Amino acid sequence: MTLKIKNSGLATSIQDLGRIGYFHLGIPLSGAMDRYALRAANMLVGNDEGAACLEAVFMGPQIEFTKSATVAVTGANIPIKVDGELQDPWSSFEINVGQTLSFDFLQSGARIYIAVSGGITTPEALGSRSTYPIGSLGGIEGRAIQAGDELPTGDSRGPGAGRTVPENLRRKPGTPASLRVLPGLYWHRLTDESGAGFFEDEWEVAPEADRMGYRFKGGRPLEFVEREQPFGAGSDPSNIVDGCYSYGSIQVPGGTEPIVLHRDAVSGGGYFTLGAIISADMDLIGQLQPHTPVKFEKVDMNQALEARKERRSMLAKIREELG
Amino acid sequence: MKTRYTFGGDEHVYVEMDDEMSLDAFFKSLSMSNAVRDANIAGVTEICPANASFQVRFDPDVISPDDIMAKVKELEHKAELAEKRMKTRIIEIPVYYQDPWTHETLMRFRERHQNPDGTDLDYAAEINGFESVDAFIEAHHSQPWFVSMVGFVAGLPFLYQLVERGKQLEVPKYLRPRTDTPKQTVGYGGCFSCIYSVRGAGGYQMFGITPMPIYDAEQKVAHLKDFMVFFKPGDIVKWKPIDRAEYDAVVAAVEDGTYEPRIAEVEFDLDEFNADMRGTNAKMLEALNDA
Repeated sequence: MTLKIKNSGLATSIQDLGRIGYFHLGIPLSGAMDRYALRAANMLVGNDEGAACLEAVFMGPQIEFTKSATVAVTGANIPIKVDGELQDPWSSFEINVGQTLSFDFLQSGARIYIAVSGGITTPEALGSRSTYPIGSLGGIEGRAIQAGDELPTGDSRGPGAGRTVPENLRRKPGTPASLRVLPGLYWHRLTDESGAGFFEDEWEVAPEADRMGYRFKGGRPLEFVEREQPFGAGSDPSNIVDGCYSYGSIQVPGGTEPIVLHRDAVSGGGYFTLGAIISADMDLIGQLQPHTPVKFEKVDMNQALEARKERRSMLAKIREELG
Repeated sequence: MKTRYTFGGDEHVYVEMDDEMSLDAFFKSLSMSNAVRDANIAGVTEICPANASFQVRFDPDVISPDDIMAKVKELEHKAELAEKRMKTRIIEIPVYYQDPWTHETLMRFRERHQNPDGTDLDYAAEINGFESVDAFIEAHHSQPWFVSMVGFVAGLPFLYQLVERGKQLEVPKYLRPRTDTPKQTVGYGGCFSCIYSVRGAGGYQMFGITPMPIYDAEQKVAHLKDFMVFFKPGDIVKWKPIDRAEYDAVVAAVEDGTYEPRIAEVEFDLDEFNADMRGTNAKMLEALNDA
């Protein structure tokens, strides 16, 4: 055993890049909400980019190390301490046997990723170590970590201290955050005016925001093109015959509060969706705190692919930087 | 039926066979998603069939969105030629209607409901023109159901009632989804019944609860030893109303490993069903009773 959890934080879970291939049974991808930060953290400590890390939300855990290792913390901005001594974010540092990693109060962002050389090596479930609490899969008994848990890690001592991701390659949401949306799916259900209004209005992250989905409020209620509801959909104009949901798709039950489906998304359902957040911006959502102002920005497929390429090239630059 | 193709962001192709539900749309969606699977297209990572639609997840770094869209469209004609017949199983699922647990939950979320003054069953019975909740419950369990989709959360089945369209029950989803639903709740939304496989969020009206587990990540439950998810599309379900004592008995049997769901092998042929619904159902129910 390597990591002794003294204090778990708020909702700290083990995450990697997720489990592919079971969404047709309602078992989602899961994995890090901010995959960019997870990959960077793993690169810093010399792991495979998809190794399992700890994802902590709003509050850091307190962890005693029973094995020496290289460690890095990326993602949200939070003071990082080893036995009380401050460490640099997005940088590798060493923790020796008996030392304790802890955190002060979160300053900005929402989720941190703690990578340990060798990665966390709890057993895989359906090909991934990611925790999916609703389905009791992955992590430790399918749940968030708790005080008293002991987490195994791989044997690598890692490359040691002093590796760092340059400031311009640390990807963070702006203020107000801008999330790019590719309209599609059931977009045609909205009136032109209402569709335009969705992009004009300023929204804010609602308190119901978690790994399954982020809810937004504050914009105008949506208006639907009039129709006789198709058989099997249900009578509300926001209802459809239950279909599959895309990751990042934006459902708007009752036309009032958009919900962006995230890594632990439900795989389908009966609320209409107006399009999806582009893949390149999914990581940014996981760093939004409740009440953060957000604008949705309309893009086309070419812009979505361009953004994806840019994100990939930033990761390539980190790889290059860290050799 | 009119097929509609669209993208869900830059990683999903979404195909709606029809905007309304029918078994024809289901069979076409299933055939087409099977054809996409059989085509082994590089870059495809997930294929999710649904009631009257399906979705393909792809990696745009491997295949461009336009190319995957074109490949999926090419497969539509194959799906049209596919047989609308399958070997499947009929399963008896015990249901404790009007149970205390879903009642407690629906009371907690009353402000999200169309009719805050009654229960979900009161509302469903009324808008479907039934004189009493009991008559509505009878209509819910008297004929079998067809699993037309598995998903939402781990292993949750969506079920489509095998009766004439005019007799099918329809209810809207909650105005705003609940953040809680008891595990194994029997729900209803649109024309679909469902069983919530695990505890969590939900937008369907709640009618009752089954003591039979349908998902077990640890695979300790006897009938889930082979795989953690019980249902697959094409399964047929017959609800069996039970009372509290029977509910408790099944829970105890599940716990000591002696519970076995009643299951029979049957064949479902859409043309035969459309020609004689009650007759086809009676034959399947007979097979179940003999099991």
